Amino acid sequence: MKKTLDYGSGRGPGGRPGSRLVTGLVASVAQLALIAPVLAAAPAAGEVPMSWRLGPSQYRQSIAEIFGPSIVISGRFDPEYREAGLLTIGARTASISASGLERYGELARNIAEQVIDEQHRNTLFSCKPQSEDTSDDACAREFLGRAGRLLYRRALTQHELDAKVRLAGEVAGIRQDFYGGIAAVLSDMLLSPNFLYVYKTVERDPDDPQKVRLDGYSKASILSFFLWNAPPDDALLKAAESGELHTRRGLKRQVDRMLASPSLETGVRAFFSDMLGFSEFETLAKDPAFFPRFTPKVISQAQEQTLRTIVDVLLTSEGDYRDLVTIPRTYLTRSLAAVYGIPIADTTDNGQPEHWIAHTYPKDDPRAGILSHVSFVALHSPSGRSSPTDRGKALRELLLCQEVPSPPADVDFAVVQDTTSTVHRTVRERLLAHSTDATCAGCHKIMDPIGLALENFDAAGGYRTTENGAPIDTSGELNGTKFDGPVGLTKALHDDPALTSCAAMKAYAYASGRMPSRTDPALKELQSEFEDSDYNFVELLRQIALSEALYAVPPSAAPRPDVVTAAR
Amino acid sequence: MKSLRSLTRRRVLRGMLAGSAVSVGLPILDCVLNESGTAFAADGAALPTRFATWAWPLGLGEDDWVPKAAGVNYELPTQMRALQPVKKKMNFFTGGQVFLDGQSNNVHFTGLQGLMTGKVANTREYLGSIDALVSEVIGRGTRFRSIEVACAGSPRDSWSARLDSGLQPAEVSPAALYKRIFGPDFQDPNAAEFTPDPDIMLRKSVLSGIKEERQALMSKLGAADKTKLDNYFTSLRELEQKLEVQLQKPQPLQACSRPATPLAQEKLALTLATEAVERHDLFAGLLAHALACGQTHVANLVISRPQSGLRRDGDATAHHTHTHEEQIDPKLGYQVTCRWFTNTYMDALRRFVSTFDAIKEGDRTLLDSMVVFAFTDHGSPRLHSVRNYPILTFGSGGGRIKTGLHIPRPGDQVTRVGLTIQQAMGVQVSSWGVGSNRVTSAISEVLA
Repeated sequence: MKKTLDYGSGRGPGGRPGSRLVTGLVASVAQLALIAPVLAAAPAAGEVPMSWRLGPSQYRQSIAEIFGPSIVISGRFDPEYREAGLLTIGARTASISASGLERYGELARNIAEQVIDEQHRNTLFSCKPQSEDTSDDACAREFLGRAGRLLYRRALTQHELDAKVRLAGEVAGIRQDFYGGIAAVLSDMLLSPNFLYVYKTVERDPDDPQKVRLDGYSKASILSFFLWNAPPDDALLKAAESGELHTRRGLKRQVDRMLASPSLETGVRAFFSDMLGFSEFETLAKDPAFFPRFTPKVISQAQEQTLRTIVDVLLTSEGDYRDLVTIPRTYLTRSLAAVYGIPIADTTDNGQPEHWIAHTYPKDDPRAGILSHVSFVALHSPSGRSSPTDRGKALRELLLCQEVPSPPADVDFAVVQDTTSTVHRTVRERLLAHSTDATCAGCHKIMDPIGLALENFDAAGGYRTTENGAPIDTSGELNGTKFDGPVGLTKALHDDPALTSCAAMKAYAYASGRMPSRTDPALKELQSEFEDSDYNFVELLRQIALSEALYAVPPSAAPRPDVVTAAR
Repeated sequence: MKSLRSLTRRRVLRGMLAGSAVSVGLPILDCVLNESGTAFAADGAALPTRFATWAWPLGLGEDDWVPKAAGVNYELPTQMRALQPVKKKMNFFTGGQVFLDGQSNNVHFTGLQGLMTGKVANTREYLGSIDALVSEVIGRGTRFRSIEVACAGSPRDSWSARLDSGLQPAEVSPAALYKRIFGPDFQDPNAAEFTPDPDIMLRKSVLSGIKEERQALMSKLGAADKTKLDNYFTSLRELEQKLEVQLQKPQPLQACSRPATPLAQEKLALTLATEAVERHDLFAGLLAHALACGQTHVANLVISRPQSGLRRDGDATAHHTHTHEEQIDPKLGYQVTCRWFTNTYMDALRRFVSTFDAIKEGDRTLLDSMVVFAFTDHGSPRLHSVRNYPILTFGSGGGRIKTGLHIPRPGDQVTRVGLTIQQAMGVQVSSWGVGSNRVTSAISEVLA
């Protein structure tokens, strides 16, 4: 099933201008009253964390969507940790450290101050206080109720809203400043676990009182962070509140709407940033003495190049996922082209933002697909030289879901020595010496031959044919298929079934927050549907979003049905 | 009844904000040190005990760096000659190992997991590091329970983890650290006037809004999510305590002065070891001032991640790769380039310790009031060995440990050093560690 999507080249990520708060979303008191009993649900017992800590990009996207893109978010977040290959899974077990909370506090105060400043208050508030010098409960209630619903991704209970209005009133009275009171409470909400964590909560299943199911709000958050990397919008929250998300037809309607939204691009970018390990760019640097063209600008453009290429193949062209590794078409800037050594015509004036220019490599060019990008070959190289082992390991783990074990303790590496040897001048020669040691050979055999095929690309992504004066031999092997050079590798990779089965596995793991076992029936079904769709990535997202497994409550996290309040 | 809490809060807010901010003149003359400089004359309270950790990557190299003699009269091996000027205030522990108990060796991690938390696991579990256990005792009541910094640019380079809320990310920019400690919220303990900041009062008071959400949220969650929420509230309490400390008149500290503002550095991720130790020196100065000014009692510094990507200028290969690939010079008997890194780091360690030793507190120095615990990821990095860890400590912890010793304990659990340090710093603990890494007695010869 194909859809018509318009991904115009000029549109940036997100695509929804303004803020959700501006567009006027009102949770009625009736809705609030309906929700209250669910929130009073009894404890749920279980071992598996179901909630996750909002990632930095999800935090930024939430603020941009709720208060508008003109709110400046300056400051650092608690670092993310990768688990089972994904930050999204690491976020399930992530705590918020004391120093992290200190930083969240600064961010919160800073954002709240901007929301109430002269520039923003007129668009973000739908009411005006009777006097700016004192409290106004009605106006505070209107604003905090709307903002709270979007921030907490659920309507506030009557009790919660009362407490917030009261606190805003107290501060406003003391400070003689209505907006000061709002800012204090808003900053509290931005620091609250209700915002910083995305909770999955359960309710009794009306179809089977012995069972529990995720409530509508939880389903809305799963969907929206999966497909948009953003909090649910008003329509999705309404679908949660009305029970629409619990019906097959209602769920499908929302998923169709979300896949047709320009925000899908934000979601797809976020998924691939996570899957391809782009967070490592934060600490990537290259030695300027060896790679003078590898500037901080190149580092940020390198990620964008790959994400643009991915959006082009998977969304704009609705192409085959496997083409990502072979596609000769990409996008370059002047700075990136200089790193690659490719002449492109760019007439941008100095000092102006550089243009993105579509570029197609000629036939037989050694560069093709996203593995030849700086975002792969440079990201998986140390700062001064290339490492076939690092690249081979990254390719296995990131794109094929094949884990490479750690080296054992107390093993002598004496065989891998002497980078100045006149005999072993290239990395290949040194690594071949390495593989004569039986303890090392087992693992290096599955990493090095892949990485060696990419040796034409130096540690910064530039092209080369020699190393220390010796010609580079780029022959290699992937799971039994022999090839020569980077293009040969990408062709072998294109036809390796692990490439697509891994994409389905990672996307499912990303959506659900846990890595499925390879024999998981739901995963098997997704993989077979992915194949049936000719590896259409949007179809894969659709199948995951519609799969029952995504919303299943893990048995170990299932609370006793008798302690859970009935569904609305 | 329902409004009791908010009435209290309102009263606090009104009382403190509505024009009645307190100004307290400090009786500086009553607060001078006693004659020996060890205690405040006014109430006899001892100067605080402080603690710091210092982590360097990739050990001390491949050749034998264990001194021949034990005890006081030992000669420093060449790898550590840089530390000669501070040898008298130093202890050198050698021979200790981490026992894997059948768990796999996740290289450059598992050894540290055992050394710093006493527990080896197949997972990335890393909770309750030595410094955090110490800060539990000596870090309360200061503005920051501890401060973490990392020199190579990644906030993930940290080995400090609380028992509950996990790893504490590191500050990577000296300018940002300066702002955090000595920025607008800093209160000079020696200032003549003290005025509690109404804005801080408000911030602290308003946090009650979050605490009010706790119960409703808890009631909806499974056990694992509840634990995470508990951790969140532990961090929130710490934030409250930090604000609380700022509302109290600080203890005057003779040695406190505000450091110079470091220049903001554009490039945070570094690639050269020399750049990392330059940043290290900036951090050392800031941390020493932070300790002298009572802003924290616990500081943790990491040079770089253990699989260090730092290089020597002009060399394309990084330290970590060199440890595995560089040949041992047959004449010299060691890896020459790796030795250069080791020397660079031992030089930096001497400067770190000397920075603290240069701050006088009475007739003693800041270093004398503290213990600096220096550690690394592998005994022999070339082999990824978890045996024979070199551990160094500096300072006597306010007279709690003896110094100047080499303590060889070949084959012993390295956790015994951790237990000894904890006990010296006042942690009430008689055993530490899990499985084969559990120890039940300290190294008595260093305890004063």
